[in-house]
Amino acid sequence: MSSQEDGEISSPEITAIGISFGNSNSSIAYTSGEGKAEVIANEEGDRQIPSVLSYIEGEEYHGTQAKSQLVRNSRNTIAYFRDYLGKDFDSIDPTPCHASAHPQKHESTIAFSVQDKESEAQNIVTVSEITTRHIRRLASSASDFLGKSVNAAVITVPTNVTDEQREALSEAAKAAGVDVLQMISEPTAAVLAYDARPEAILKDKIIVVADLGGTRSDMAVVASRGGVYSILSTSHDYETAGVQLDQVLIDHFAKEFIKKNKTDPRENERSLAKLKLEAEATKKALSLGGNASCSVESLADGIDFSSTINRTRYELLAGKVFGAFTRLIEEAVRKADLDILDVDEVILSGGTSHTPKISQNLQRLFPPTTRILSPSTLPTAIDPSSLSARGAAIQASLVQEFEKEDIEQSTHPMVTVTPHLRNAIGVMVVSEDVQKGLFSALIEKETAVPCRRTGLFAVPREGGDVVVKICEGLRDIKVSKKEKPKTNGKPASDDSDLDSDEDEDGDEEIREKVWKIGAVLAEAAVKGVKKGGKVEVTIKVEADLAVQVEAREAGGKGGVRGSLGKARVAENGSAGSG
Amino acid sequence: MAAVQFSLPLPVLPQDWVGEKDFKAIGQLSSATQRNIEPVGPHFLAHARRVSKLPLINRNIFAATNSDLQQKRHQRTFSEDDRIQAQENVKKVEDDDVGEISEPEDPLMLQRDAKDWKGQDHYAVLGLTKHRYKATETQIKRAHRKKVLRHHPDKKAAAGSSEDDSFFKCIQKATEILLDPVKRRQFDSVDEAADVEPPSKKQAQKGSFFKLWNPVFVAEGRFSKTQPVPRLGDDKSKKEEVEEFYNFWYNFDSWRSFEYQDEDVPDDNENRDQKRHVERKNNNARKKKKTEDTTRLRQLVDDCLAGDERIKRFKKEERAGKDKKRLEKEAAEKKEKEDAQRAAEEKERLRKEAEEASKAEKAEGKKAKEAAKNAVKKNKRVLKSSVKDANYLLPAGQEAGAKRVDQVLNDVEAVMAKIDPEEMAALAGKLGGMKVAEEVAKVWSEEAKRLVEVGKVKEGELKVIGS
Ligand SMILES: Nc1ncnc2c1ncn2[C@@H]1O[C@H](COP(=O)(O)OP(=O)(O)OP(=O)(O)O)[C@@H](O)[C@H]1O
Repeated sequence: MSSQEDGEISSPEITAIGISFGNSNSSIAYTSGEGKAEVIANEEGDRQIPSVLSYIEGEEYHGTQAKSQLVRNSRNTIAYFRDYLGKDFDSIDPTPCHASAHPQKHESTIAFSVQDKESEAQNIVTVSEITTRHIRRLASSASDFLGKSVNAAVITVPTNVTDEQREALSEAAKAAGVDVLQMISEPTAAVLAYDARPEAILKDKIIVVADLGGTRSDMAVVASRGGVYSILSTSHDYETAGVQLDQVLIDHFAKEFIKKNKTDPRENERSLAKLKLEAEATKKALSLGGNASCSVESLADGIDFSSTINRTRYELLAGKVFGAFTRLIEEAVRKADLDILDVDEVILSGGTSHTPKISQNLQRLFPPTTRILSPSTLPTAIDPSSLSARGAAIQASLVQEFEKEDIEQSTHPMVTVTPHLRNAIGVMVVSEDVQKGLFSALIEKETAVPCRRTGLFAVPREGGDVVVKICEGLRDIKVSKKEKPKTNGKPASDDSDLDSDEDEDGDEEIREKVWKIGAVLAEAAVKGVKKGGKVEVTIKVEADLAVQVEAREAGGKGGVRGSLGKARVAENGSAGSG
Repeated sequence: MAAVQFSLPLPVLPQDWVGEKDFKAIGQLSSATQRNIEPVGPHFLAHARRVSKLPLINRNIFAATNSDLQQKRHQRTFSEDDRIQAQENVKKVEDDDVGEISEPEDPLMLQRDAKDWKGQDHYAVLGLTKHRYKATETQIKRAHRKKVLRHHPDKKAAAGSSEDDSFFKCIQKATEILLDPVKRRQFDSVDEAADVEPPSKKQAQKGSFFKLWNPVFVAEGRFSKTQPVPRLGDDKSKKEEVEEFYNFWYNFDSWRSFEYQDEDVPDDNENRDQKRHVERKNNNARKKKKTEDTTRLRQLVDDCLAGDERIKRFKKEERAGKDKKRLEKEAAEKKEKEDAQRAAEEKERLRKEAEEASKAEKAEGKKAKEAAKNAVKKNKRVLKSSVKDANYLLPAGQEAGAKRVDQVLNDVEAVMAKIDPEEMAALAGKLGGMKVAEEVAKVWSEEAKRLVEVGKVKEGELKVIGS
């Protein structure tokens, strides 16, 4: 079906952007000439564009303007609809739409009933249609910004979307004139956003992506091996996210209001909507400053409300929710059969990741060697709200050259399903204090094949003949006890009886990562190495799991080569624990 | 990726290492896990190209340039079967969808009024009665979601039933309590449905002790501040384990508390006294219940201990053990004594033997010496008389002058001084009974010659017999 053959017009110029489409907010991004991802602000100057549409007398409002309609025009305002797309009514949770148009069953799909035309009539707007309208507005903002018509996009989706959801999203976008080149998972997009920075160093690492949004939090543990990403575990939580933090502040201010005015603003729909919008603003302000105010004109019974709260107070009130975030991340690491000590990076993504306390808690949970990528723990962190969109934009720039069919073929499971190494492969070295020898990993576990890694190894001081012993390594966690320095006389917890639960055992545990030597795979002799010379070892694992080893004196000629037969691919496809 | 540097050295090649072409294949890679890689980022493109070289998946690749595309068009594309086949053994990373609600819902429960939340069984509301205090946070969240999907008022409206959200509120309340660690403990404290009653006397007589009591302690253990809680064990448990078990339960540190059963405190400021009164009442009630609970647990442990055959057995074993020890000790002492005695006797015997031997030796030595002395004396006499009898070695008829006699006797004395008793005996043997003077002279002269040869006498030292 080339243009010459069937007379079709050669594909028009493609202008592709990256879109992150959330239940709460959406973002659009493009890649500049230098390959740098930039987030596009819409006409109102918003980079986080609320995924909300509202209708007043036939006029459509979008984004922040629509969101503010939740107070006066909530029944004709549609919000939090992303997760409904491509689902049937029985499997959705209508809770987030409590204060806006409610989802309803419509034939085999889900729809909202709103007055979206000038006439008084209530119209049924399906979730597909509303998505189309939303994407149309996003694309139009991007087109305005770029000065050319946007007609394609890479869109991010959660890792647990179904094929039906993908299909529905693709169709809804197409109806808005946007061709979905590829849908990529949100956590991978966040990883790519960081890895695509010019200063990024290509390194094998385990990354936890914690995407903390408005109505859901999604965790993914990603193995990044030579820039190839594999998701090891995921978890999704619909009870711990931004709105739960809003609720903490709503309750706090409501109680304050009740104390003075004897009326509960939460009991009136409009009062609650007002307070909710303000509380969210207060919450965002608390991410930056130590103090924030909350003022609502005529909150309830015509009474104005104004108050301030400091960050310490807020963190105390929200302590339980913060604790739940930390546990989600711990759980995801456990599900990946990993230990906290295995994690090299934590990428905090999503709007709620601006919250300083959440990243501080993670700093305490992880060892100091783990990098916590969030605004409050790393000055050079990327705005967490924009990570998905940036990643999508970078991917768009990578694939927009290709025909869509080729993208589909290349992202097909026949290409993406790949054996991953169960154990690390490495070389034995010796050290003075360890007689038996130490394992040095060259290829980490969970590396997709084919792969190759090269290492440069030192030799004994005088040079000479050395042996390169290739083996598998198994990571082990060594736990040892450190005696706590005894406080003089009485136990220290004498006056803190109330919460002395954890202080009770006196010994502090020290946990460290050590290698256990697994199966020996091969040995190679490298002879007559010069004094001060180095030995270069290359291990290559083929796609069929055959192993090739090459060892030689660095800079020298020839060297030793050998190979091992193929290993098996495990037949068991079950998910890990949980 | 760039080569990684390792600063620790490789080991020295062992002397006896052999390998064909310096390489030795030994083991095999562990089996690999099938996973999906994310089709994202520049390195994936490289991977897709690499993979496409494989016969296995040599069908279509990520086209590098548009001009490649023309050719690719004619290649076969992946089918739905390919997709299914490829994904067959992939390790799952997503949990299954929330799925069906597993426990049937009691119609009476569905009619509950949320206002009476204190009386509601939160685990039953969420369908978690199989788990109760053991339910994890994740399980509670998933259970909640399942219930919301079914009971959200919007769902009911869709199903045409009245928009009664009463049970939905029950669900929300149950979730609120079970997801709040403090509130959950308060509820778990009074969640009698999780209790396991101790066996009655009748049951105890019939059933297996361990089967009956173990679940009781597992259930009680949920209140323990220290976790894990030691288990009751079985017949094979060691004495220390059993002791630790009862020690633990007699010193049980419980977090159980009873505020959940508080009477509501009136919430208006008007009636302060009334409020304080209720608070005091509540406080007393909590304390009373706590004390009762401690007593109850103590009684329970007492009852269990009383029926625990292991304790009796350990006592018996201990007694038997003590007796055995005593006997062993006595036997050992006796043996020790006997051994000591035997050793002393042996020593004495050896001493005596040695003494006698040395005495005999001494006596023997004396005799021999005497005999030797006598022999020497006798031999000396033989030697001396031999020269005298042989006319001082002069031919017969020649008178031996005084000088001659002196010289010859001097020589004889000199020889006798040089030779040892054996040589003397030998010489005396030859000379004894010899009468012919020439022969005697010859023997002496030979002796003199021999002595010169062995260096005992100097040439010419023996004036007469040596000439
Ligand atoms: N600076 C900030 N500090 C704290 N919270 C913030 C900040 N900015 C945004 N948020 C919160 O982040 C949440 C929105 O996150 P995000 O924009 O990632 O939404 P989303 O991906 O659409 O989420 P979801 O799909 O889970 O609803 C909101 O609860 C918002 O209040």
